[in-house]
Amino acid sequence: MAVCIAVIAKEVCSYWAGTKACTPSTCGPAPYTFYLQVFGHFFFSPLFNQNYPLYIRSVPIQNELKFHYTVHTSLDVVEEKISAVGKAMADQRELYLGLLYPTEDYKVYGYVTNSKVKFVIVVDSSNTSLRDNEIRSMFRKLHNSFTDVMCNPFYNPGDTIQSKAFDSMVTAMMVQAS
Amino acid sequence: MMSPTQWDLPPELCCRPMAFVALTGLDVTYNAIHRAIWDAFCANRRADRVPISFKVLPGDHEYPKCRTKRTSYEWYIPKGILKTGWMNKHLNLVPALLVLFYELDWDDAVWKEKQSECATKVEIVRTSLQGRNTKVAVVLIQKKTPLPPGEDLVASERAASLCNACDLSGKSLFVLPHTDHLVGYIIRLENAFYEHAQTYYYTEIRRVKSHKEFLNKTTHQLLFVRHQFKIAFFSELKQDTQNSLKYYRTAYSLVHELRTHETNMLEIKTMAGFINYKICRLCFQHNTPLDAIAQFRKHIDLCKKKIGSAELAFEHTAWMSKQFQSFGDLFDEAIKLGLTAIQTQNPGFYYQQAAYYAQERKQQATHLCAHEASVSYPTPDHLETPSGALDFYGQRAWRQGHQSIDPPHMEKEKGGILALQMKEKDVPHSELIIALLSNAVAQFKKYKCPRMKSHLMVQMGEEYNHAKDYTKALKLLDYVMCDYRTERWWSLLTSILSTALRCSYLMAHVKDYITYSMELVGRASTLREEQKSRIEKNLIKVLMNEVPEAEPDCDQASAKAAQALWSDRMSLAGSNEFTIEVQDYVPFVQCKAKFLSPSFHVDDPVQLHVYLRADCPHPVRFSKLCVSLSNQEYNQLCVVEEPCKSQDILEASSQENMCLVPGKTRIYSFKFVAKTEDVGKKIEITAVDLMLGSDNGRCVFLNWRGGGGDAASSHEALLAARSFKSRGRVPEQHVEWDTVSIQASTMIISRIPKISVQLSHEPPALNNEMYRITVSIQSNEETVTKDVKLTAGLKPGQDANLTQSTHVTLNGLEMCDESHPALLPDIAIGDLQPGEKVEKYLYVRCVTTGARIFLFHVAYALSTKVEGKDITCKCHKDEIVTIETVVPFEVAVKFVSTKFEHLDRVYVDIPFLLMTDILSASPWPLRLVTSQLQLAPTMAAMDQPQSQVEQVVLQTGECASECFSLQCPPVLNGMSSVASGQYLISWKRKSWSADAPVVTTVATLPHVMVETIPLYVHAELPSFGRVRESMPVRYHIQNRTGLVQDVEMSVEPSDAFMFSGLKQVRLRILPGAEQEMLYNFYPLMAGYQNLPQLNIGLLRFPAVSGQLLRRFLPSRIFVKPQGRQADDASIAAA
Repeated sequence: MAVCIAVIAKEVCSYWAGTKACTPSTCGPAPYTFYLQVFGHFFFSPLFNQNYPLYIRSVPIQNELKFHYTVHTSLDVVEEKISAVGKAMADQRELYLGLLYPTEDYKVYGYVTNSKVKFVIVVDSSNTSLRDNEIRSMFRKLHNSFTDVMCNPFYNPGDTIQSKAFDSMVTAMMVQAS
Repeated sequence: MMSPTQWDLPPELCCRPMAFVALTGLDVTYNAIHRAIWDAFCANRRADRVPISFKVLPGDHEYPKCRTKRTSYEWYIPKGILKTGWMNKHLNLVPALLVLFYELDWDDAVWKEKQSECATKVEIVRTSLQGRNTKVAVVLIQKKTPLPPGEDLVASERAASLCNACDLSGKSLFVLPHTDHLVGYIIRLENAFYEHAQTYYYTEIRRVKSHKEFLNKTTHQLLFVRHQFKIAFFSELKQDTQNSLKYYRTAYSLVHELRTHETNMLEIKTMAGFINYKICRLCFQHNTPLDAIAQFRKHIDLCKKKIGSAELAFEHTAWMSKQFQSFGDLFDEAIKLGLTAIQTQNPGFYYQQAAYYAQERKQQATHLCAHEASVSYPTPDHLETPSGALDFYGQRAWRQGHQSIDPPHMEKEKGGILALQMKEKDVPHSELIIALLSNAVAQFKKYKCPRMKSHLMVQMGEEYNHAKDYTKALKLLDYVMCDYRTERWWSLLTSILSTALRCSYLMAHVKDYITYSMELVGRASTLREEQKSRIEKNLIKVLMNEVPEAEPDCDQASAKAAQALWSDRMSLAGSNEFTIEVQDYVPFVQCKAKFLSPSFHVDDPVQLHVYLRADCPHPVRFSKLCVSLSNQEYNQLCVVEEPCKSQDILEASSQENMCLVPGKTRIYSFKFVAKTEDVGKKIEITAVDLMLGSDNGRCVFLNWRGGGGDAASSHEALLAARSFKSRGRVPEQHVEWDTVSIQASTMIISRIPKISVQLSHEPPALNNEMYRITVSIQSNEETVTKDVKLTAGLKPGQDANLTQSTHVTLNGLEMCDESHPALLPDIAIGDLQPGEKVEKYLYVRCVTTGARIFLFHVAYALSTKVEGKDITCKCHKDEIVTIETVVPFEVAVKFVSTKFEHLDRVYVDIPFLLMTDILSASPWPLRLVTSQLQLAPTMAAMDQPQSQVEQVVLQTGECASECFSLQCPPVLNGMSSVASGQYLISWKRKSWSADAPVVTTVATLPHVMVETIPLYVHAELPSFGRVRESMPVRYHIQNRTGLVQDVEMSVEPSDAFMFSGLKQVRLRILPGAEQEMLYNFYPLMAGYQNLPQLNIGLLRFPAVSGQLLRRFLPSRIFVKPQGRQADDASIAAA
């Protein structure tokens, strides 16, 4: 069955002003400050309001473009959900956004980290083996693995993810899901 | 709009059913009264009026014939679920109530005749409605206003007789007086009609329900559905929507219980669709949208798999599309009536899905209807029916009423299917899809789904492309492209660009073709290398004014047409020059321009680098690179040009200067001398143009606004700046593209002055003095500096008060005053030879204390040579110094008595002392030239006062004091405060020469209290006494009043003295007179001894105490010891 997993870069950094961990000096590329960025709020430039894919993979491959569109359009809902929570509540917000919207053929689920990196999972509507709990744990795994990627001092935040470990985790997840 | 298709829901299904009441006996064309009545029924049918649809029918109208009612269903086999005419029949043809209008007053002259005529008319309509339960009512149109009921005996009698004649119940006879209140009467009438109609539909429901007991489940399954549907529909006519919904729901579940097979699939789906539509509509009407959505989902889930005949699969998708579309319409309608939708649940999703099924339908249609040209539309037409319409909804025209599993006639079946397929071919699929997509776009726009909207617009664009409307396709694609570009979804952008490229190829739009190609071969494209290579080769062909190869996925015919178009373009002269603004794209050539420094001195050449890099698979040759600057005069200096021949374009040699090798950064450097007029101005790069192609082929200018960069570059630069890779060392000649940053502007600043300006002075400045600052200017230039000018003084832009209190002059010989300015501009100094030095003295007088900033600005002109060009540079040098101004000294003044006791007041005509202290606060020694006391008229000096501090030099912290003896003339009233005058101190710094002006500082003396006293006492005694030697003391007592004074005097005994004289006396002193008292004191002890105390009491002025008067008298005296003469001499010598 078709599955698509995507990691989307965050939009404007809303922590730019408030968080000390996010000053340009700490966000510099020197490896030892890098851990600080990950556990604090690392940022992409406040200049860019972008939601570009850091990682996107789907099975089967022949319908890839359609999945890309599905993931892209689901960002409308993700953004709306994030903004609906409001600034004050942002810290207590649950990361898992749940079912974003159902289409005839697919279910689209969303997850947003505290640093506003978005994960999107698309599964077949007919796939009844994946219920809310399974999706949740998939996201948690994805998040953990993503954190590992970010901890890599040779990974440049904002670049597309080309980690083998991340890749194999996603592959395993897709095999399990489909 | 499009004509209705078989998939559109019938209008009688979609309308809101209302009770049908027919009116007869009204002549609305020729009778004005009848017309008015009819208008009152029709006009203003707002929501507050009862839901009835009225129709005027002639008295002899023929109503649909009622078939004889079946008494048994035993041998009856139904032919279908619902007849196509049924809903319309009950909405528009069979009235629930028939109303006969008849003009008749109660007191009509020919009452009998009229009554029987009316009865006849009633009889006629009754006959034409035979077998129906339709009620009949009669309305008498009367000219007179009726009397209240019960009063008009004739009326009630005649009414009864009319009822009897027409066989009417009393409730069905109405009177309509034709008076002023027509509308009011009409509303009452229609409410009564409504009740009758309700009763009619109630009986109809009962009638249909009563059939149920005759039905059996094996043969009459279709009837179960039909009857439930009818009951539900009648309930709706009765406006009982709750029950209606219930019956429709039952009907819906019954329809799915029917046995389905290929032959009746369409009929079942059609009916299911109808009933579903009714349920959803009622749910929205009941404001339970979630129920509507749930029902619709259930409906779709149940029907999704009921495809029916595989050869007519497009019918299923068409039906599905229609289901979604009509639900979307219902949803949208409900929103218009006040329902609120949300982002994730809005009509847009349904339209989108409808569009999706429409797309699927199109695919299936192209697949299933791909008949060869030889196949023609079958004759006879199996789709034609004798009546021109179907009897039952959803049946096949060639086998109507047929309910068995297998088609009765295989030949007919094949013909029918072929006919349907042929018809499907003519359906404008793209048009349908685009209409649905644009509906969805409108919805998603409303519910804040910009990305969904973009996605649908891409689909619309693609559909236009399929429909060969390339202009519209490009318009839509262009519109959304930039959204995907800014969001950096390259995979999606690439797909859109590929479609756009195809469109522009097919239209032979050269500029668009080049623009899309440029982006597709660039770094944002996710195409494979061989694809890029193909596109680049095509691009090169276009640049050489040749026809590019067809894009893949173009059908043969279109490609051929495109080839022809391209050939036409080729032969067209002119219009072969294109400028493409690449800033907002991600083109295959990247450009970054930078000035090497953010500022250049005017005597240095301005240096500018343009970095170019190609991302395409093959090297590119360009023929011109030019940079436009904000001052266009420099533009000609920033051009690289090398016209290339066709050969060069084809086989770009990587060795050449004008060739860009993929992945390699090329630097083009420009150098020019800035104009002296541009000193202090900014020079900006306004654009960089790169010319591809040649003048004789096509040429394309890639134009970057500002210093280059494109839609993706700023993000890349940011990532690169953070990248660990940027830390690594790169070899000198190799330029790391990402590390190059754009510097689009530079400042032209003046030449560095080679001149020294030195200031020497002795800070701080003293208040009011002429403070001297020595400015020494020395030229270190190698040539003559011309026209040297000095501007000196208070730096402008400080506190305005400082300008008022600062005066600057070059003349140090006299004090300057208010007429002198605070800043001396452009003091001409003339030319300076190399190494020559000039000194200037500037005198500053600061009237107030505080810090001031002084500016010394030296400007000059100089001729020099830059890059072999002579230029005259203006140079200047600024020196700024902050000078503090302080007071030179503090002046303290005090009044003391002649005994140097502090006085808080002085007494008239009694001398006192004025003491002044000048305390130097200056860090530099001061010379007090002189001092002067200018007394006020209320003060008088005891003698000619002379300055005692003349030519005194004060070091820091030293103090100079003076003492003046003064006296106050009498004052008018006993006591007042009087002015004392001024104290003038003339001074200068000790270091100054004699001809330097003297500064005079004025200190105002304080006011002092003056008091008159009534009695004055003073003593006359020797300066010292000697033990055991008598000494005379004389006390003078003056009466200073105009009265005779009684004075009591006593002398207190003392251990140190014996004395003779009056010990206690009381005496009287005349006005202005003086009394003298003589005592002989005989000292007993040596040293400072207190004199015997003299007590004076004034009887008239008890306030003047002895204490006060004693102040004027000495209290003690020095008594020398008794000794030898020699001792005396020694003491006198000391």
